[in-house]
Amino acid sequence: MSQPANLPRWAALWLMPVLNLFAALLVSGLVIALIGEDPVECLKLMINGAFGYPEGIGYTLFYTTSFIFTGLAVAAAFHAGLFNIGGEGQMYLAGLGVTLVCLQFGGLPGWLLIPLAMLAAMVFGAGWAFVPAYLQAKRGSHIVVTTIMFNFIASSLMTWLLVDKLRMEGSQTPATVEFAKSAWVPMLHELLAPLGFALPNTPLNATFFLALLALVLFYLAVWHSPQGFVTRTVGLNEKAARYAGIPVDKVIIAVMCVSGALAGLAAINELLGSTHRMNMGFTNGIGFAGIAVALMGRNHPVGILLSALLFGALTQGGLDLSFEKPVITREMIIFTQGLIILFCGALENLFQTPLSFAFKRLLKK
Amino acid sequence: MDMFFSVLDATLRVSTPLVLAALAGLFSERSGIVDLALEGKMLAAAFAAACVAYLAQSPWAGLGAGIVAGMLVALLHGVVSISYNGNQLISAVAINMMVSGVTPVLALAWFQQGGRTPTLDDGARFTALQLPFADSIAQSALLKTILGHNVLVYIAVAVIFVVSWVVYKSRFGLRLRAVGENPHAADAAGISVKAVRYIAQLISGALCGIAGAYLVLAQTGAFIQDMTAGKGYLALAALIFGKWRPWAAVSGCLLFAFTDAIQIRLQGVALPVIGSIPDAFIQAIPYVLTVVLLAGFMGRAVAPKAIGIPFVKSR
Repeated sequence: MSQPANLPRWAALWLMPVLNLFAALLVSGLVIALIGEDPVECLKLMINGAFGYPEGIGYTLFYTTSFIFTGLAVAAAFHAGLFNIGGEGQMYLAGLGVTLVCLQFGGLPGWLLIPLAMLAAMVFGAGWAFVPAYLQAKRGSHIVVTTIMFNFIASSLMTWLLVDKLRMEGSQTPATVEFAKSAWVPMLHELLAPLGFALPNTPLNATFFLALLALVLFYLAVWHSPQGFVTRTVGLNEKAARYAGIPVDKVIIAVMCVSGALAGLAAINELLGSTHRMNMGFTNGIGFAGIAVALMGRNHPVGILLSALLFGALTQGGLDLSFEKPVITREMIIFTQGLIILFCGALENLFQTPLSFAFKRLLKK
Repeated sequence: MDMFFSVLDATLRVSTPLVLAALAGLFSERSGIVDLALEGKMLAAAFAAACVAYLAQSPWAGLGAGIVAGMLVALLHGVVSISYNGNQLISAVAINMMVSGVTPVLALAWFQQGGRTPTLDDGARFTALQLPFADSIAQSALLKTILGHNVLVYIAVAVIFVVSWVVYKSRFGLRLRAVGENPHAADAAGISVKAVRYIAQLISGALCGIAGAYLVLAQTGAFIQDMTAGKGYLALAALIFGKWRPWAAVSGCLLFAFTDAIQIRLQGVALPVIGSIPDAFIQAIPYVLTVVLLAGFMGRAVAPKAIGIPFVKSR
């Protein structure tokens, strides 16, 4: 994540991500052309699907909500120099916490049940991140490998629970019973209907505002709090942090727990905001997409908001596109996500040398 | 006794792609490049092998295509990690997502069978070897378990010997290990760190290519979306389990394959004392073992020293 020294700040912060994004979309377009479709037409269909009509916008913002949480989760860990690939598993486990609370205390009123479910989501997500964090901090095992393993373990565990323990009686599909109505997070169109706004029926719900709040809190916590300062110090130079007397182990564990809790909140949007029950594999790659969101957004809340919006639009626009063009399935979006991670995360130096060369020449004139 | 041979037979079949992928990872990681991209390399190879074997109606053409595809993906990982000094973990995550996304799209566009490729005829697959005395072999369960496999299984066995010789006894192996442990010292001794790492990546790609081709040409007979299903990560787990040593990594693969083989046979069977174990628990064994091992609770797994650090030549 080194900032190129000889590039103006605005170019490093805005121009490079845009160029990287453009390169990723270009490669995507080439593949679309390769399978015999018109990339420009597809792009138009996608933009229209994501932003062209009220219902599309609702779905785009719904997907954005989840991506904000998993993106913040990855970014939080990045600030401490940790790469948390376990968002998928942490979100999955958080779903278990939500489900257990909703099934156990279904009789409680919503104002009590929903916060309780959120707490459970954060605790379960944090708990699933705690073990890899503890092993990294105390036993030196690499967090990337451990979190990947924990994704697989989570998937096995949840398959067993959903098939053998939590499955709705008499049903073949591995899913729980529907949660009590009091656990449903109010949809936006329900909330705004009494005020006279007629919004289309979409899963966009009040969790969206929670995500926006999380972005603000994230900014304050990382850049305007002692804990944030300590976290960034550990991320920039662990040895210096240790020398300065910072308890690095504790910071690693705490940051990973925050990261897991943030990933867990994405489960609230999916389960209490939309499906109102837990299905097998409901995380559906949202945790992995968080990696792309954080890298593209440069671990900054503003960047994460914009890149989560981009990924929300890609998801919703991509679904619309696959109705119009059955050849372009939702896997095309996964491919594009991969490309964005490659160009924004691993090849971020690709345009740096030519760009700084160009700037040098411009400044000389 | 039948049970014993059938488990042994299944262990050999399941372990073959794991062994190849783990040895692929060994080259990459011993050279200092983290190889989480094994999954993507294998999946790309499986897809290429399925397409070419179907079009050419030849398993050997499929195998060749698989190797080329594996090497191309490895080259991409190499360019990012070696030439651009990019983050190797992020590169691998990106590559795995890209391959997982693009293969079903291409399969659907080219074959119109819902993200998979057409099923191969027997002529386009690797089937059990046709040996002389086939009748007498068929009668003996032991001989059948040992000799009744397809050619790729025996290639994998040969690869184990070649790899352990190359890594420990050859000049290239010495350089490989030097570059992975202390690239600056290797550089000072006149070894090109970049060249060694690129060669290691290409070998890794080729071995993953055989592994991916095996999945299609010897097992399923068609490419299926995400058919590697975590085998690349499992191979990496075996490599860590084997502490980055060839024979130990192979024994890790055999252990994981063995748990897989008995898992199928234990489904719904009640064991004494513990009762029946849910499959999910047995499936999770390799992953739990890796976590335990990495945490140093069962002998410490120490990675090559320079792993994951881009090499910037000192001036």
